Amino acid sequence: MSGQTTGGKTLYDKIWNAHVVRSEPDGTALIYIDRQLVHEVTSPQAFEGLRMAGRKPWRTAAVLAVPDHNVPTTDRSQGIADPVSREQVETLDANCQAFGITEFRMNDIRQGIVHVIGPEAGFTLPGTTIVCGDSHTSTHGAFGALAFGIGTSEVEHVLATQCLLQKKSKSMLVEVRGRVGPGVTAKDIVLAIIGEIGTAGGTGYAIEFGGEAIRALSMEGRMTVCNMAIEAGARAGMVAVDETTVEYVQGRPYTPTGDMWDQAVAAWFDLRSDDDARFDRVVTIDAVAIRPQVTWGTSPEMVLPVDARVPDPAQEKDEVKANGMRRALEYMGLKPGMAISDIAVDKVFIGSCTNSRIEDLRAAAAVVKGRKKAGNVKLAMVVPGSGLVKQQAEQEGLDRIFLEAGFEWREPGCSMCLAMNADRLEPGERCASTSNRNFEGRQGQGGRTHLVSPAMAAAAGVAGHFIDVCDLK
Amino acid sequence: MRKFETMTGKVVPMDRPNVDTDAIIPKQYLKSIKRTGFGVTLFDDWRYLDPGEPGMDHGKRRENPDFVLNQPRYRGGQILLARKNFGCGSSREHAVWALDDYGIRVVIAPSFADIFFNNSFKSGLLPIVLPEDVVDRLFQETFASEGYALTVDLEAQTVVTPSGQAYAFEVDEFRKYCLLNGFDDIGLTLRHADEIRAYEARRAREAPWLFN
Ligand code: SF4
Repeated sequence: MSGQTTGGKTLYDKIWNAHVVRSEPDGTALIYIDRQLVHEVTSPQAFEGLRMAGRKPWRTAAVLAVPDHNVPTTDRSQGIADPVSREQVETLDANCQAFGITEFRMNDIRQGIVHVIGPEAGFTLPGTTIVCGDSHTSTHGAFGALAFGIGTSEVEHVLATQCLLQKKSKSMLVEVRGRVGPGVTAKDIVLAIIGEIGTAGGTGYAIEFGGEAIRALSMEGRMTVCNMAIEAGARAGMVAVDETTVEYVQGRPYTPTGDMWDQAVAAWFDLRSDDDARFDRVVTIDAVAIRPQVTWGTSPEMVLPVDARVPDPAQEKDEVKANGMRRALEYMGLKPGMAISDIAVDKVFIGSCTNSRIEDLRAAAAVVKGRKKAGNVKLAMVVPGSGLVKQQAEQEGLDRIFLEAGFEWREPGCSMCLAMNADRLEPGERCASTSNRNFEGRQGQGGRTHLVSPAMAAAAGVAGHFIDVCDLK
Repeated sequence: MRKFETMTGKVVPMDRPNVDTDAIIPKQYLKSIKRTGFGVTLFDDWRYLDPGEPGMDHGKRRENPDFVLNQPRYRGGQILLARKNFGCGSSREHAVWALDDYGIRVVIAPSFADIFFNNSFKSGLLPIVLPEDVVDRLFQETFASEGYALTVDLEAQTVVTPSGQAYAFEVDEFRKYCLLNGFDDIGLTLRHADEIRAYEARRAREAPWLFN
C-alpha cells in the first residue's frame, strides 16, 4: 500500500491517501475508483449520458453489473411479468453488452443483490475504493475498503473517468466494547448504534466500527453493520482488516492468487487505524447493554429493545421531535405505552442486503426449526441474497426447515426490502423485516415496517408478535 | 448542466425533519429509464389520495388538499424550505430530478444527507444550509405571509428576505464555479486524463492485484 505508515493515520486516511489523483485548492479531490458495481435502477440514465456524449467506459474490467431490484422472486422461467420492470432489466442487459461490461444476468446462479454478490465473487477487496449507484454500498466497507453510494450522474462520471470528485469526510470511530449477550446479533448492534447517534449522527463522517464486539463478528456480521452506516447518516462505514477478512476473501473467483495473493495480504494487514490515529468524533457503546432491537417508528433511529414500551410523544420536550413521533405512531398504528412484545405482525420478510447471507439464513432457520408459522401471520418469506447463497442454504437443508414451518422460500433479489417487484405490503399491513429502512411506504404504500434481526424476524413469524428470541418457548 | 442564475422564488414550507428520498420519489417511479417526467409524482404518497403507478394519467388522480404542494398559496413554488436531514435514505438521483422537474431550484434546510446534497449540484439544484434558528424564522415568515418569496444569489452567497434581511451561506468554491458556469463534471475531469493514467501506472506497480 502506498499509505506508508508514518503514524497517526486512520484506516480512512490510508485508503483515501492511496487514491488521490489530484486536488483542487479548496480541498476537492479527484479520487480513483477501483471497483464499480452497477444495477438496473440507477444506471440507465448514466449509460444514456455516455452514449449521448459519445464516451466509452474508462476501464470495463473495473465494473460488475447485476439486476436485483426488479427481478421476481418467484419462478423466473417466464421472465418478468411487469413490462416496466422488464424493460429496465433488459436495458441493463443491453447496456452491458454494448459497453463490454460483465453482468451476472437474472438466470445466472451468481445473480443476487449487488451488495451480496460483490463480496461473494471476491470483486470486493480490502483497501479498494468501491462505488455503486446505491446507498447501501457502505456494506463493502466491512472489508477495510472505502465504499459508498453515489447518484446516477456520478455513476456516469465513474464509468467515463474511473474517478470521482470528492471532499474528504470527517472521521468517526464507533467502538463497541465488550461482548454481546445471547440472542444479540450484528443487526442489533447497528440498530443500537443508530438509536444512540441518530439517523443524522454520521452525516459528513466516514465511520470506522471497532472494538471487541465488532472484531468478534464474522464477515457477514460486519457487512450487516457497515450496510446500515448510511442509516446513521454516514456514506461510508468500515472495519479494519484482520484474519477474518483475509480468510473470507481467499479463494473467491476474482480474488488474486499465487504470489499476487501473498503480496496483497501483506499490504492488507496495514489496513487498520494506527494506535495514535485521531478521529474527529469517538462514540463508545457498551455491547453487554445491547438487547435485541425492534424499530417502532418510521425512521431507523426510532428503535428500542424488545422488552421496552412504545414511547409517548407527550414526554418529549423537543416539539419538532414530538411531532415526528406523533406522525410516526399514527402511521404505524401504535399507541404510546404499548409493550413492543404485544405488537402482532402480518408478514415476515427475511432478506435484503442487510441480512440475506448464509449466516443470516442459518440464524433464522435455527429459530424456525421444529416450529410453525403463527396463524395470524399471512406470509413469511425468505429471500436469499444470491443464487449461490440459495444453493448453499439448500445444501444445508435450510429451505426444508423454512418450508416445513410454513415459510416461503424464494429466488434471490431485493424483493420486499423496497417492493419494486411484486413483493409488497398492502396498506396497513405490519411486517417484521430484516431489511434496513422503515420509511413510510418503503415496503408498499401504507405498509408498516419493523426492523429486526433474522432471528428476531423468525421468532416473530412463529410467535405471531415480537418476542425476545431467547424467550421463545 | 444548466447554469444557476440569481433567482427570486416563492417558498414552499416542508415542515418535517428527515424527509427521505423514498418520500420525495417513491420506488415505483424508479423503473423509468429516463431522467425527466418525475415532477408530477414528486412526494407522490403525500400528494395524492389514491395510490400511484407509473404510466398513469396523474392529472386525473385525487390530490390530498392538506398536503403543502397542493395548497393554492404554495403552488408554483421554486424554493423548498425544509427541516434537518433532508434527503436522507436512498441514493436515488431521481429525487433531485423530481424536485427539478417540478420546478424547485433551491432547497434550504439546517442540514442535508450527504448523497442527496452531492447529487443536487449535478442537476443544477442548489442545496443551501442555514442555521436552525434562521430556518425557523423563515418558516414563521413563510406561514405568516402569503406569496412569501426569497432571493437567492449564488455569486454573493446570500439568501435575501422580502424585508431585505440577507443571510450568508457557504458553498465549496469548486461547486460554485461549476454551477455558475453550468460546467459538466465529466468534461472537466477528462481534462486530467493524463494524470489519471499516470496514477493507474503507479498504482499498478504498488497494487498489481487490482489491475489483473
Ligand atoms: S436489498 Fe434493499 S437496500 Fe439493499 S440494495 Fe436492494 S433495495 Fe437497496
